[in-house]
Parts: sequence; C-alpha cells; structure tokens
Amino acid sequence: MNIRPDISETAIGCGSAPVLRERGQREVFCGLTGIIWLHRKIQDAFFLVVGSRTCAHLIQSAAGVMIFAEPRFATAILDERDLAGMNDANDELDRVVARLLERRPDIKLLFLVGSCPSEVIKLDLSRAALRLSQAHMPRVRVLNYSGSGIETTFTQGEDACLAALIPTLPAAPANAPPSLLIAGALADIVEDQWLRTFAALGIGPVHFLPPRRANDLPPVGPNTVFLLAQPFLNDTARALEERGARYLPAPFPLGVEGTTLWLKAAAQAFGVDDALFDKVTQPSIFRARQAIKRHSATLSGRRVFFFPDSQLEVPLARFLARELDMELVEVGTPYLHQTHLAHELDLLPAGTLLSEGQDVDRQLDRCRLQQPDLVVCGLGLANPLEAEGLTTKWSIELMFTPTQGYEQAADLAELFARPLNRRARLKVA
Amino acid sequence: MQLTVWTYEAPPHVGAMRIATAMEGMHYVLHAPQGDTYADLLFTMIERNGKRPPVTYTTFQARDLGGDTANLFKDAARDAYERFKPQAMIVGASCTAELIQDDPGGLTQALGLPVPVIPLELPAYQKKENWGAAETFYQIVRTLAGPAASAGAKRERAAGARPRCNLLGATALGFRHRDDVTEIRRLLERLGIDVNVVAPLGATPSDITRLGEADFNVVMYPEIAGPAAQWLQRTFGQPSTKTVPIGVSATVEFVKEVAALAGVDPGPLLSAEGSRLPWYSRSVDSTYLTAKRVFIFGDGTHALAAARIAADELGFTVVGLGTYSREMAREIREAAAKYGVEALVTDDYLEVEARIAELHPELVLGTQMERHIAKRLGVPCAVISAPVHVQDFPARYSPQMGFEGANVIFDTWVHPLMMGLEEHLLAMFRDDHEFHDEAGPSHLGKTAQKPAAVAEAITVKPATPESIVWHRDAETELKKIPFFVRGKARRNTEMFAQTKGLPLITVETLYDAKAHYGR
Repeated sequence: MNIRPDISETAIGCGSAPVLRERGQREVFCGLTGIIWLHRKIQDAFFLVVGSRTCAHLIQSAAGVMIFAEPRFATAILDERDLAGMNDANDELDRVVARLLERRPDIKLLFLVGSCPSEVIKLDLSRAALRLSQAHMPRVRVLNYSGSGIETTFTQGEDACLAALIPTLPAAPANAPPSLLIAGALADIVEDQWLRTFAALGIGPVHFLPPRRANDLPPVGPNTVFLLAQPFLNDTARALEERGARYLPAPFPLGVEGTTLWLKAAAQAFGVDDALFDKVTQPSIFRARQAIKRHSATLSGRRVFFFPDSQLEVPLARFLARELDMELVEVGTPYLHQTHLAHELDLLPAGTLLSEGQDVDRQLDRCRLQQPDLVVCGLGLANPLEAEGLTTKWSIELMFTPTQGYEQAADLAELFARPLNRRARLKVA
Repeated sequence: MQLTVWTYEAPPHVGAMRIATAMEGMHYVLHAPQGDTYADLLFTMIERNGKRPPVTYTTFQARDLGGDTANLFKDAARDAYERFKPQAMIVGASCTAELIQDDPGGLTQALGLPVPVIPLELPAYQKKENWGAAETFYQIVRTLAGPAASAGAKRERAAGARPRCNLLGATALGFRHRDDVTEIRRLLERLGIDVNVVAPLGATPSDITRLGEADFNVVMYPEIAGPAAQWLQRTFGQPSTKTVPIGVSATVEFVKEVAALAGVDPGPLLSAEGSRLPWYSRSVDSTYLTAKRVFIFGDGTHALAAARIAADELGFTVVGLGTYSREMAREIREAAAKYGVEALVTDDYLEVEARIAELHPELVLGTQMERHIAKRLGVPCAVISAPVHVQDFPARYSPQMGFEGANVIFDTWVHPLMMGLEEHLLAMFRDDHEFHDEAGPSHLGKTAQKPAAVAEAITVKPATPESIVWHRDAETELKKIPFFVRGKARRNTEMFAQTKGLPLITVETLYDAKAHYGR
C-alpha cells in the first residue's frame, strides 16, 4: 500500500536541491541535553550520566540551573582515580548506583547515559547495564545509551534513549490487531488531544513512546505501524523496523498542513475513508487557521534565518514559509535526514538555502550580511545577535513548548511572532 | 566516581573562560567536543553579555578520533588568530580532549603566531572552576608581566607621585564583581590612591604587562587572584591586601590597610559617613534580629565575610558555616571554631541539604543551591555567593564590598525575614485563619507561604528514639511552636527526656526542656 500523502500542487520542492555542508565549529548542545525533558516525561525513570564535571554542569546550566523538585537525573563524575585505574570503574559505578537506588526507592527504570569521556576511555556501559539489571531486577530495570557530544547532537540524545528502550518493548503477537505507535516525546496535552482525534477516526489502539510510566511499555510487532512525531528519530525508527513495525512516512505534525498530512498517513494505513477524515479534521483545521491568522500580519513577508539546533528546522521552516508566508533566508540543521525529511523537503519553496553541519563564524558572517528579520538560534548566540540589532528566537524553547498538532499551531506561530512584537513595543534602544 | 546532583563549581576550563571573557583582546582556543559549547550560554544568558565569549572550540567528533585531531586543533587556532586578531591567546583542553593528549600548547607554538600564546594545563578530573580561573590568571600574569621584571623594572615611586595599586580578581560571571570594582574604585579615589590596572575584568594583555608599575595589589577575591598576587609580590615586591572588604568592620580594616600600604591618611574617609548598617542594626526595630539562627554556605571568601557580618553586625547566631572551596578549608574551620560550630567543607549538595534540615536555621545565607533547599524546607534565604543565576546580575547597582555593599547586604538579608511585631502576633494567635502557624512573612505575599512538601522520597527527619512516647497534649502544644523551630524543639525535648530517663513526654517535659535549653 502506498501511503505517501498527497502533496499540495503549489509545492515546488527542495528534494534534490544542493545542500551547503559545513565542517567547522559547531555551536550546539550534545545529546545529554535531552535528559532535561525526558526525565520529566517518563515519571519513574532516572538518568545517570557517567561522565565529567562538565557533563553535570552542562545539564544543570541548560536546564536553567534549577528545577524546583529534586531532579531525576544526576552525574557519576569520573575522577583521576577512575582514569588511572586505581579504582575499578565498574565497582565504582555499582557503588554509586546502589547509593542512588537506596535514596530513590521510586525509581523503576535507570538509564546509564554515556558521555564523551566515558566513550573515549571505552567504559562499556551496556555490560554495566546488564550486570546492574541482574542485580536490581525486578525492582529496577537498567538500560544504557550514549548522549556523548562526539556522537550525538542535542535531540539525538532522545533518539538514542528511545532506541535503547525498543528491545525491551513487549512483543505483540503476529495475529494482534493493527496498532499505531507514535514515537517521540510529546507534551501530555498533545498526546491526549491526539488520542481523541484517533478515537474519532476509529484508529486504535494507539500507544506512545516514550510512555509516561516506565512499566507501560507499548507492545510492538508486525502489525504495528508507527508515525514519528519528531524528525530526529533515525535510530528509533530503525530499531522499530527491526521489531517488525512499519514506518508511515509523512511530514511532521507542525502547523495545520503538517498535522493534516501526518494524521492522513495514519488514516490511510487504517483505511479511514476521506469523508470521515474530513469530518473529524475540518473543524480543527478551521479553528487552527483562524488562530494562526492573528500572527500573519506580524510574520508575513518577514525573512527568517535558522541556525542549526534541534533538527526541527526543516519542518519549522516549511510551516513558516507555507502557512505564514515567511521568506527563508537560510535553513541550517545539524543533520539532514533525507529519508525522514523527504516529504518536508518536497514542501519547501524551491531555491531555499539548506545547510547541514556548521562553521559558526562563517554562518554568523552570512547571517549579518543578510540582515534577516528573525534569527532562530541557540542560547549562546541569541543575546550577542540581539546586541547587534538582530531579532532572535531561541530555539530551545521550541523543544520545551507544546507545538505539535492543530490546537498548538497558533502557539507555534506566536513563538516566532513574540520577538518581533516585543521589538515593536519597546521604545528604549 | 562521585554521585552529583548539582555541582557548585564548573570544570576548570570554565574558570579559564571566565578570565578570557572578562578581558579584552584575549582569545581562548579550547580543544573540546561540541557539547562543551554550552558554556557560552553562561555568559550570554546568565550574565546577559552582548558579546560571545572569545572562545573557539575545536568541536571534534567521534569520527575525528581515529584521524588527526591535532591538525584540527592547529587549524582552529590559526583560523581564530586570523579572524579575531587577539593581542594574546590562551590554549588548552577540556575534560575529553585531556584524554586524547594532543598538547594544544606545543601545537600552537609550532604555528609561530605573532602574539604571545599561553598554554594552560587544567586537570579536569582533579580540579574545578575557581582553581582553573586562578591558574589561568596566574599564567597570563606571569607570561605577560614577566618581561618587565626581567628588564629590571623594579619601580620606586617618584616623590610627590600619587600612590597606585592594581585591583585583582574580578572576572566574568562573578558574584557582583562588576559593582564591587566600582565600589572599591570609589573608596580608593577618596583616599587619593590611583588604580593602575583592574584585572582580569576589562584588562587587555597590554594592560597586564603594566601590572608591575603599581605600588601594591588589592586582592579582591583570593580564590582567583591569590596565586597571581603572590607571584607579583615575589617578582615586583608588591605587597597585597589581606582584608576582603565585605561588611562594615572589614571595610574599615581594609581602608586602614590600603592607607598604610599607600602611605595616606585614612582619617577623613573613616570619619565621613560610612554605611547605614550600624545604625539600622542598632535601631530598636531590629531587636527581632537578635540571635536569629543562620546557616551559611558559599565560596570561602563570601562565607567567611557572611559569618562575621551575621555575628558581629546583625547580632545573629551562626549555627552552621561551610564552603565548597576546599582551597579555603583551613580559614573556614578556624572561623567555625570561633562561632562554636562544626565546619562543613564539601561539594556534595546532598550533604549540605541534610545539614540544613538537621540544624533548622531561621535564615539560610547560601548560593542558588541553598536557596533551592531553603525554599523546599520553608526557610527564608538570601544569596551571598556564586554559583550565579540570572537574578545575581541585578540591573541596579548592588555591590557586596565597601560601605554601599554593607547597605545592600543589610537589605538583602533582612528582607526575607518576618518583621518584628508580626512574629510576635503570629506566636500569640497562631490559630488565626489568615495569620496562622505556617503563614510566611506578609510582606512577601502568598508565594512565601507554606513550605512545599519535602521533595519526592527524601527523608531527612531524625527519628524519635523508640523508647520515648509523646503525650497527645504535648504533641498539640508542640504544634503551637512556629514551624521553623519546631523540629529543633522536638529534638531538644527528646534529648532532654532521654538524658532524664523519662519514657513519656508531657506538656511539663516540653517546658522543662524549653527552660533547660532556653537562650
């Protein structure tokens, strides 16, 4: 069955356009950063980074320094005795994990998260996870993944985490009825909205990965089809396919158009007829378009420049170009996954400058030369660019805010409109 | 391997970044993977700098490890020089690059750049942020100011020339460093002492070469400027100040100390109006501050100063004193002994949390970490030290040092507390539905009310000895004691009952214990 959704006729497409590939200084977070939202999403999971003081400091700084409740993450900081072999790193890890589990009896799932130093000294966390699982089962399951900055960029940490969960998912029997799995951490409210939409379409059962509770792992098998809710889930998708699940290619559910095509991919896989699909989605589409319209006066015709950050850049650019008439100056992304982004690239205006990787100083030169109306960039660059007179939207907020689906489409537009509104309000230079 | 929930200090290369970012015309080339670029946001977001830190990261990846990471470093260093044209460069490695041993110093020397290049060895698995800042500043000073010394430039002040000093230790991302520099400059100006160089904050490499021209050094933050000041003393015979002017008494001592070093008369300055703190503290409305039980934790310099101010200038009782600066453990232990408390020298946040819970202070003076703990325990808190938060960079002028610093400290510490008569009313009418037991200070609004439930599964409550039972009436009476001292009252009563061999605690026992332990 071909479930590739129809592409709107106005699309010209960027599918085969040349991409500017850069290899210089990258100004992006490493994969450890994903812990900031993952530890809130899976409510009884704990993330133990095995790394250096830098890792500990990165996570607490990126998290805005303080989260009020005691966080469900920590770092086992390697010291010189661990490196010099005076301590057996595995014994040390066992001791740290025992202390942690004693302190936090609520933990059901523990992730050992690899870092740059643990990768370089080749500390085998998969063996450690196996050993610790045997020691602490059935109370706690121990898994591992790498969030190291030499292997992962920002959101790839979530990909690695979800991929590590997949071998532990229960197997759905070969004769199980078709089920839909949605991969990618989402705000609870977005999940709840979609559960209602899928129920109205008659699609079910629907499961989410990651689950809110460590023991509510979704079953997976040959009758599972899955949608990606996020564009950075390369390894997760592959691992799901290895479990027999089938990927439903679609654009990503950002904006009205993305959400419709994404839902449509599921509807077609489950044989939902067009009349029902329209009946269920039309009111939401209408409402979302009305809400988005409020921001078009601010955004329409404005020129936007994306620095690479979360891999959400291409879907976001598509949304801004097609639903808000913004002009794309450059769309930078840390990694351009051609397969998962195929539908997105087809929807981008022809001639869009795409860049992959980064050489931050050269990219800043291009940005200054172009003087865009809005720059989407990371926290390290935002204030310096503001001080130069450019208007910025810091991109990490796009990860921390519910933005997917119809009801959030206008909120997403508002995130881009706010810096421009703010600049217009301020009468101080 | 150490289990760490929050860390007080960053790794040492972030200390080096604080020096480089404080300076002008300096550039730092750091061999580090991409994740380490997070450190830029400390400066651009927390401190709201309008410029990127002057740091180039090599951002090597796994695929580079098999290949030539050394060349990657050389390219980065060469490109950084070409693009930024700094007057001098510092080069080094972060934790991961330390493991691959590429020798950034040697690689950069080989490039033959036309500016001084200062290699840094900052052992990331052993040392921390403040040490890294101190070592970096020391290496910069030694390398750049050294040539003047070997040229035999030991200076004598010309007759009639005004005395000159350097202000050392202020960095980027420091706790109120910017305003402290302004305040100390003003004090020195009033004494007739010129400032030769302020460093590292605002200094260029060429300013550093002139450090030897001063008569003496003001060491503002010993954790950072200590090693450099010692070297300057050895090399140029410049004495250093020992007093850190935080608090009224310390400021007066500081004025006398610099006046003596400079050979000027401190009299006019000291007889002019100083801080409002002494009068505010003596004024009768401050009576309610008497013997408030305070717990103090921070970097060495600020914790020591806070303890002295708390005890001598506000009339508090210091019930706990600690630091995460192991470099200053000895000084902290001496001070703690003076206040009759056990010093807490640790960088383990969990240990600090347990100690605060155990001591039941009425006020916590700490870092953002302790603010976090205090909020959870429902205890008022004021922040006295780094690690910093965006709130520690207020828009208004708010130094910690000098007479104005003492004014700022008086306001900052007293504000979170319950005002005098309010505390009495609360004690008298504690069942009042608006003005009850767990109400916070009314001037802080609703948000200050009720301590949040102690977080998820953390139990720090000391257990009641099993042999002792509380009578119901005594339990009820205990609840009438304000919540922030209730734990202490419970423990004292139980301790009293245990020493007296009483199996049942009655209302009478409660009051006997109160009389026994009373202030």
